[in-house]
Amino acid sequence: MRLASARRALTAPAMALSVSLIIASVALLVSGHNPLRAYQAMWANVDGADGFVTVLNYGGRYYVMGCAVALGFKMNLFNIGANGQYQVGALFAGAVGGALHLPGPINIFIMVLVACAASSAWAFIPGVLNVTRRVNVVVATIMMNGVAAGLIGYLLRTKFRDKADVMTAHTRTIAENSRIPSLNRLLRLVGYHLPSNTFLQGYLVISVLVGVAFYVLIYRSRFGFDLRASGLNAAAARSSGVDPKRMVLTTMALSGALAGLAAMSVLLSEQYEYGDRFPALLGFTGITVALLGRNSPGGIAASAFVVAAIEQGSRGLVTVDIPQEIGQILQGTLLVAAVISYEVVRRRSQAATIREAARRTAVPVPGAAVVA
Amino acid sequence: MNAVMTAPKKSAGLRSMSPGATAAALGLATMVMLAAARVFTDAPGLTGSGTFGGAIGLAVPVAMAGLGGLVAERAGIVNIGLQGMMALGTWGAGFFGWHFGPWGALFGGAFMGALGGALHALTTITFNVDHAVSGVAINLLAPGVTRFLSSVLFVGQEGGTLTDSPPVGHLGRLTLPLLSGGRIGSWHTPDPLGWLERHHWFLVSDVAALLRGFTRDIAAESVLLLLLIPLVGYVLWRTPFGLRLRSSGEKPSAADSLGVNVTAIRWAAVITSGAFAGLGGAWLVTNVGKYQQGQEGLRGFLGLAAVIFGNWRPVGIFAGALLFQFTESVRLQIGDSTARAFLLAVAFGLVAVAIWQFTRRATVAGAVVVATAVGVYVYYVTSTRVDDKLTATFPYLITLLVLVFSSERLRPPAASGLPWTKGQGT
Repeated sequence: MRLASARRALTAPAMALSVSLIIASVALLVSGHNPLRAYQAMWANVDGADGFVTVLNYGGRYYVMGCAVALGFKMNLFNIGANGQYQVGALFAGAVGGALHLPGPINIFIMVLVACAASSAWAFIPGVLNVTRRVNVVVATIMMNGVAAGLIGYLLRTKFRDKADVMTAHTRTIAENSRIPSLNRLLRLVGYHLPSNTFLQGYLVISVLVGVAFYVLIYRSRFGFDLRASGLNAAAARSSGVDPKRMVLTTMALSGALAGLAAMSVLLSEQYEYGDRFPALLGFTGITVALLGRNSPGGIAASAFVVAAIEQGSRGLVTVDIPQEIGQILQGTLLVAAVISYEVVRRRSQAATIREAARRTAVPVPGAAVVA
Repeated sequence: MNAVMTAPKKSAGLRSMSPGATAAALGLATMVMLAAARVFTDAPGLTGSGTFGGAIGLAVPVAMAGLGGLVAERAGIVNIGLQGMMALGTWGAGFFGWHFGPWGALFGGAFMGALGGALHALTTITFNVDHAVSGVAINLLAPGVTRFLSSVLFVGQEGGTLTDSPPVGHLGRLTLPLLSGGRIGSWHTPDPLGWLERHHWFLVSDVAALLRGFTRDIAAESVLLLLLIPLVGYVLWRTPFGLRLRSSGEKPSAADSLGVNVTAIRWAAVITSGAFAGLGGAWLVTNVGKYQQGQEGLRGFLGLAAVIFGNWRPVGIFAGALLFQFTESVRLQIGDSTARAFLLAVAFGLVAVAIWQFTRRATVAGAVVVATAVGVYVYYVTSTRVDDKLTATFPYLITLLVLVFSSERLRPPAASGLPWTKGQGT
């Protein structure tokens, strides 16, 4: 029985992965490249300490962002605005962190708090508009992304700009004691030596903690139960006493806070400042990861590392002179194929359930009514 | 998603004004505001025909994306993938324009956009995937596709790189004779609108400048694409096909029961939607003279905003696009006086909105708008130059304001964004 359900759960992703591999292979063949050579080069760039650590670092980041988006999805709230939210959070955290000179851990704590609060507030606004004025969340968060882009550009070139650097716009660099240390020393203690210039980010610990918290929150808490109930059947949830407005506000605030936390992997583990070099589309990667992972903690983790591996792999295509943009095609087609195949599988299992119910109710066996 | 995506229900109309009359009244009010700001700040650039002309040109791609959104939503499919379809359109325009000139660019833009539309149709109509999810997926897929195609087809060609196509021509620029000084044969006709504009009479000169912006030195591509706006209006509201299309977006099951092939109509609508977005991309390409990766900016999303601002009507969408891109045109004018004058006009406009809110006894809304107006005014007084990053937020803020303060007047298609399969109950 468990084997059958596992097979069902894996059918759709396997289908999607094959479709996207076929499309990418065709694209490569048509453009005169050998797909097998491309995939070999991609694998070679992931296989090995440096590549693997990069996949872990990026995967951990995408995982947290995926959880941020998935939280909304669990109750059918599509938070497209995660992209604006994390940038607002990172900007404010970067500005505060660059200005403060407190002991490291306190500074880190304050920055994380500021990031979560700012991102959460940015996500809360569309939530409020939704519950008070019934503004569509998708539309409102898209507009908030537009506002965020302009506001960040303005603050970054005026109030929050590091005046010492006239070339590029960024916040003041965060002091070395206020950065999340890498896990290299810890690995060395257990006898594993990473090559120099390869750092396993300490942020990975936060990702794992977020994963556990996400699981507990969604599947083991009252809030999670209400969340899932609202997502499955909003009317039924409401009539059983779940306040839909409160749910929307809480979910948006939490989703935004997680988006802000995800940005900390860049700010505190990689770039140590917010500026023009900061990744601009993390929120959309989060959407990809959440959709691919079907919003389940394990699924998001798997897809976060798959996406990170595709990215890292495609960087290796330079060595064999194959356009590395094939990585983006692979990722994009994987997403489209996945949402289609999930829907197909869902509809098929729904039809099977209906058939099963019809079969049971049609045969007058004693006790059948109870089962149906 | 549907619980949250359901559109706000319309309350009974407060005043029964026809959409045309409302648009005319709002347009006139906007012109009065701009004229007043022009007079107060003595910045003729604010309502110069150059500023208007620039705004009209820049409004074309946004309006095209908006028209795309309109056609899809009127048939019941929300199209957030406009952004990606526009990106595909820019690439198609670059490739086909490089080979076949400006007409090829227009065709290529429409063709590649339509391909994006077809993908959206496949996921949302055939496979019933959530519309917003499919749209976002297309937005993420499109840049990868264009970059890959560029790396294969542009890199190594003369003028072509990973991010740029070889040069693409344009169709030339037109000036209307007799009104704006265009030529008939070798005769330079008079320019009465220009004469009016130069006199700086309150409102009269400003309206003349607006008309001159439409008729003087305007890209032929703009004229061609702007004609699609009345055409779409005509097809949607005056033809049997349009009625079937709109009924597919209002109540698909009812349309289906009357023999309308909802699935086929929706496919046609979403492919057209992509083609329109792609045409918007093609305009950008012919305007610059070549494809540049990312040149669509956020115009697909702006088009989406224009659909809401325009209350799902073609003329309203164009008005929204014009208003949104007026900011951009002001930014491109030389000197800061124009941008500052625009700020004052925005403050005037907000005060007018606030007064309107107070007359409707919406005191909270009115107070919020007054506070915003004061904020804009303070910025106007205290700053010598206007930050273009801040003004770039105006279109989104305006759309949010419309959504918040007049959502009861918005009338999106009833079934837009809802999943539907043939044979389902309602």
